[in-house]
This record gives sequence, structure tokens and C-alpha cells, in this order.
Amino acid sequence: MRVVVRSASVWGPGLPGWARSVAVLRDPSLWDGTVVAAPSATALPPNERRRAGPVTRLALAVAQEACALARVEPSEIAALFSSANGDGGVIDAILNALCTPGADVSPTQFHNSVHNAPAGYWTISHGSIAPATAVSGFDWSFGQGLLKAAAEAVAEAHPVLFVAYDLPIPGPIGMVRVTQEAFACAFVLDPDPEAPGLATLSMTYDATTSEGDAPDSAAFRQLARGNPAACGLNLLSALARRDEGCIRVACFNGQLKIEVSPCLTAPQS
Amino acid sequence: MTPLVVTAGTALSAIGPGLDATRQALLARRSGLQPCDFAGVSSGYAGRVAGVETHVLPASLRIFDCRNNRLADMALRLDGFADHVAQARAFYGPTRMAVVMGTSTSGILTTENAYARRDVAHGTLPADFDQEHTQDLFSLPRLVAGALGLGGPVLSVSNACASSSRAFVDAWHMIEAGLCDAVVVGGVDSLCGMTLRGFAALGLIAAGPTRPCDVARDGISVGEGAGFVLLERPHARVGTGLARFLGFGASSDGHHMSSPDPAGRGAIAAMRHALARARLSAADIDYINLHGTGSQANDAMEDMAVYSVFGDGVPCSSTKGWTGHTLGASGTVEAIISILCLQHGFLPGCLNVGQVDPGFRARVVTTNAAAPLRHVLSNAFGFGGTNCSLVFGVA
Repeated sequence: MRVVVRSASVWGPGLPGWARSVAVLRDPSLWDGTVVAAPSATALPPNERRRAGPVTRLALAVAQEACALARVEPSEIAALFSSANGDGGVIDAILNALCTPGADVSPTQFHNSVHNAPAGYWTISHGSIAPATAVSGFDWSFGQGLLKAAAEAVAEAHPVLFVAYDLPIPGPIGMVRVTQEAFACAFVLDPDPEAPGLATLSMTYDATTSEGDAPDSAAFRQLARGNPAACGLNLLSALARRDEGCIRVACFNGQLKIEVSPCLTAPQS
Repeated sequence: MTPLVVTAGTALSAIGPGLDATRQALLARRSGLQPCDFAGVSSGYAGRVAGVETHVLPASLRIFDCRNNRLADMALRLDGFADHVAQARAFYGPTRMAVVMGTSTSGILTTENAYARRDVAHGTLPADFDQEHTQDLFSLPRLVAGALGLGGPVLSVSNACASSSRAFVDAWHMIEAGLCDAVVVGGVDSLCGMTLRGFAALGLIAAGPTRPCDVARDGISVGEGAGFVLLERPHARVGTGLARFLGFGASSDGHHMSSPDPAGRGAIAAMRHALARARLSAADIDYINLHGTGSQANDAMEDMAVYSVFGDGVPCSSTKGWTGHTLGASGTVEAIISILCLQHGFLPGCLNVGQVDPGFRARVVTTNAAAPLRHVLSNAFGFGGTNCSLVFGVA
């Protein structure tokens, strides 16, 4: 499968959006780890903005930036959101309510508990009726999501917005399922080989089990170990450096091999 | 689109295990709904599957033990499904077969039980709690891939009540893109306190058994279930299969998280896209299996959307009066019901309906009828405003 990455976005510690992260992605020794909260989802109507939690804010921040950089209309692009944990804070609150005598489950928290809540808020933000789906792949959520998003782009012959995101889970589950830092990244994938973009990705699924390539930088390695979405760091770095090469990403039951070839003409930005 | 063939399939729900039991219950108009008595909830009715409590997973998969994965394992053993998959695996090779599963809550009941036993002082869960293999959404497709010995890509799709309808779409993408030659598609959701009490908090649980399309409908009955199909390219292997998967439409509402868009913009788009992909016109559809949850808002919106695409010419009904709303499993369970209708030529009219909502304009049927069917459309809509329509044709 071959797709052009028209744009990329990232939000994590020391990586506050693509524009402000390109230099760090090129040279991780510049990474300072400063945590910056994801911006408010200003595209959402006020009522929905109040109800949407930090997971949705994070996912929408990178989705919005990736679409803006690729100059695609958010209401027209199909989207795939991938996350291992979903909204752990909401799930924890509901589970607490379930075992507290006399407590009720909050209706807003219940509808926010669905895994596709960020996908739903994304489409509500833009009044979009384009398909938006939510997938999950535990520690492999980045690889499973990227593979599926690319398959959709190729099969449908239309661009797909791929968003990977995860947040630490509060409360008791978070002590069992440990996620270190909030991290998200997004990419607009276009099956048109002539599309302007950062690089062309040629992807194959290889059923040989692999942990994927760990980032060279110790700081990035730790991020990638601590958050499934941060398994995208090698790809983000390759795109920022305009490197050519092969990246292996863990993708249950095997791995995703991604040949990265920088586009000759960079997108206008 | 390039159609695929459903070469094998099965379903497990409150109306019984497997294709024959499901068909017999539909023909006899025998509901599986009973007064709810689960996870401390005793209001409303529920569609509970018998035998889950005593089912034992195979030793090699015991780590995945939870109510949801037991339902999955029980269903894999029905109608020779696992044997059909084994034959396909021998033909294609295990790494050319993918697994795409839809679930909304996976094994969260296990986490509910762990919270009930938590150490409140330290905020810790019991040491035997295994999030990765139970509650985690990926545990279901991992269990299925493990049980069937498949090594291709594995995906968990979690789009609320449209999860396992959408799984058909993702499976088609994977085959069309050449990632694999066959896909085990399915959906599994199980009773738990979170959904029973969450829907109650939204005022969406019917007092009695759910009455989709009735003028006095007052909500849903939550059910549990599992469904699986094996999708392959046509003519890849010998045999005609159960049915053909001809088209789909996926869309969003872009309207509200838990209320359907009353204008039905997304639902209409999903049905129109499904017809266009199947290269069929509205008149070619012989029966519509509605999402038909029994809630005021869903059924009114769906009637309006169906009428605007199909007029009043196509018989339609919801089968949730039999199974309850099996949430993320409903897409596959109702795909199997649609396929049974195609194979055996019958229409299952809505159960429990005294009077169809007089405001409805689509052709809602409330009694069973025999009729030769060529094409069936099945709808699923979920929280977050996610819509999916599937079209199946006779084999």
C-alpha cells in the first residue's frame, strides 16, 4: 500500500504542535519535555466544548492542525481515531459510581464513555457527515490504526485523517494499565501519488512478531514506551527530517514495514 | 464495489445458540427478553444468554476469561464456524486472514467486579485483575485470532452501537487494499452494570420488553450476544456461501453525542451510499432490518430517513424485540438475521407492537410473512452520531 503523507501533527511533552516541534523532531537533543495542555476545542459549540474532556481536546488539537496543514476541509475528510485507553477518566468515574451506594451514573459521562467520543465530537465540530471510526489496539494502537487508515485510503481512493492519541488513566485502573504522558499525533494520508506532501509511505504488513524500531533518542524512547500513540515518533522524526528509509512499527500479530520516501515538492506552508 | 461472499456465519443471543435456534425463534415469534436481574439492576427487561456463567475457555486462552470473551468463545463453537475458518486458513494461510471485531464495552464487567473488591484506602484493584486481557477493547480480537489460529492483521472497532456493522466496512477495506484474502468479522457485547445503568440514567430503558416502532414505545431492552461471519472474495474457493455482502454506507451525524439528528442527514447518506455501492436502487431492496432500538428518538428518526430513501414500498422491521439491543454486537447479530431472512424467505415483523406509531410513514411490518428476498439492508446507528448501513444479497 502506498500513500502520501500530506501533513502531520503532534502533541505531547516538549512537542506542542507540528510547527513548534519540527526542530525537536529533527534533533531530539533539543527536547525539553515541557508539558503544555492541549488547546481548547474552539471549533466545538460551547455546550459540547463544556462536555468534551481532555481526551477529546487532545485528539481534536492534532486532527485540526493536520487538516489545516494539508489544507483539507475537516467536514469532508473520512477519519480514523485510534486509542488504547479511550477516556479512562470517564470510565473510572462511572466505575466509581457503580460501586458507590446511592450514586448515579452521569448521563453525560455515559455518552462520553463510548470509544468513538472524540470521533463524534470531531464530526460535531465541523457538522460533518463524513465517516469517522474509532479503533483500538492496546500497545499496538498506532500500528493497527495506521495500517487500517492506509487500507481505507487505498481501497476508497480518498484521503483519510488518521489520529492516534492516549492519555494516562486516573484512579485504580491507571495503576494497572500505566500510560505515562499524554501524547497524540495525526496524519492526512492521501492515496493520490501526485498529492503534495511530506513523504510517500510504502507499507507492508509482515506477520513476523516485532516490537518495532525504538527511537534512537533516550527521551523519545521513553515516550514511546509510555504511550501507544508515541510509537509514531520515528515516523514523525523521519517526516520532519525528510529522511528516506525503513521504519518498523509493531502491529499485532506482526509488524508494519514502512518505506519512507520524501516528496520532491514540499507542501506550501 | 467488489462484492464479498459470506462463506460462514453464526450468532448467539438471548433467542438461542446458532443459526437454527435463531431462525426457529424468529419464525415462532419467541422473544428472548426476560425481566432484568443482572449487576444489581432489576428494572426493565434484558436479553441474557444462557450458559455464560458455566462456560470454560480452552486452557491456552484462559488468560482472556471474562463474560465477553466467553460469549465469543461460545459462539465460535456454533454452526461449525471454527471448522469453516480452519478450512479457509488451510487454503489461504493463517497470515492472510485478518480479524476485525466490534465491541462497545469488551470485558468491563470484570473491572466492575474488581472495583467492588478494591482496596478503598489505597485505591488499588485486586492483584488478580488483568485489564489487558479482559476490559481492554483489543482483548476480543486477540482472543478470536488466538482461538482460530490466525496471524493476519487484527483490529478492534468500537463505534458504540454501530461497532460491528462498521467492522464489515473495515474488513472490506482490508481485503480491497490487498492486506488479506479473508476476514473473520464479528461483534460481541455482554451485559454489564455500566450499560444497564448508563442507559437508565439517560431514561432510555423500557419498563417492559422493548416495543420498537410502537406508538407507546418507551425505550430499549439491553441484550448481549455474539455474531461472526467469514468474508472472502467471490470464487476464491468452491461453494456458494450463505450470502453476498454487496454494499455499505458509513457516515456521521455531526449533530449530537447521544441524540440522533432528527433530520436524519447522516442516516440517509449511509443508506444512499450503501445502495450506490451495491449498484442497486431503492426498489431492489426487499426488506430492511432497522436499527429500531425502541427509543422514541431513534425510531422516529429512522422512520423518516427510511421513508425519504425508500418511500413506503419496502417492508421494514426491528428484531430487537427478540434479542434486545446487543449494542456493539447488534450489527453482526442482525447481519446474521438478515442473511437468515434471505436464505429462508421470510420477514420477521416487529414484536410487541400494539399499534405502529401513526406518525411513521415507512412500511413497518408487525407480523411475520413468507416472501422471496433478493436483497436486504441492515441499519446500525450509535452514540457519537455514527451510522452504518449494510446490503446483503442472496448467495
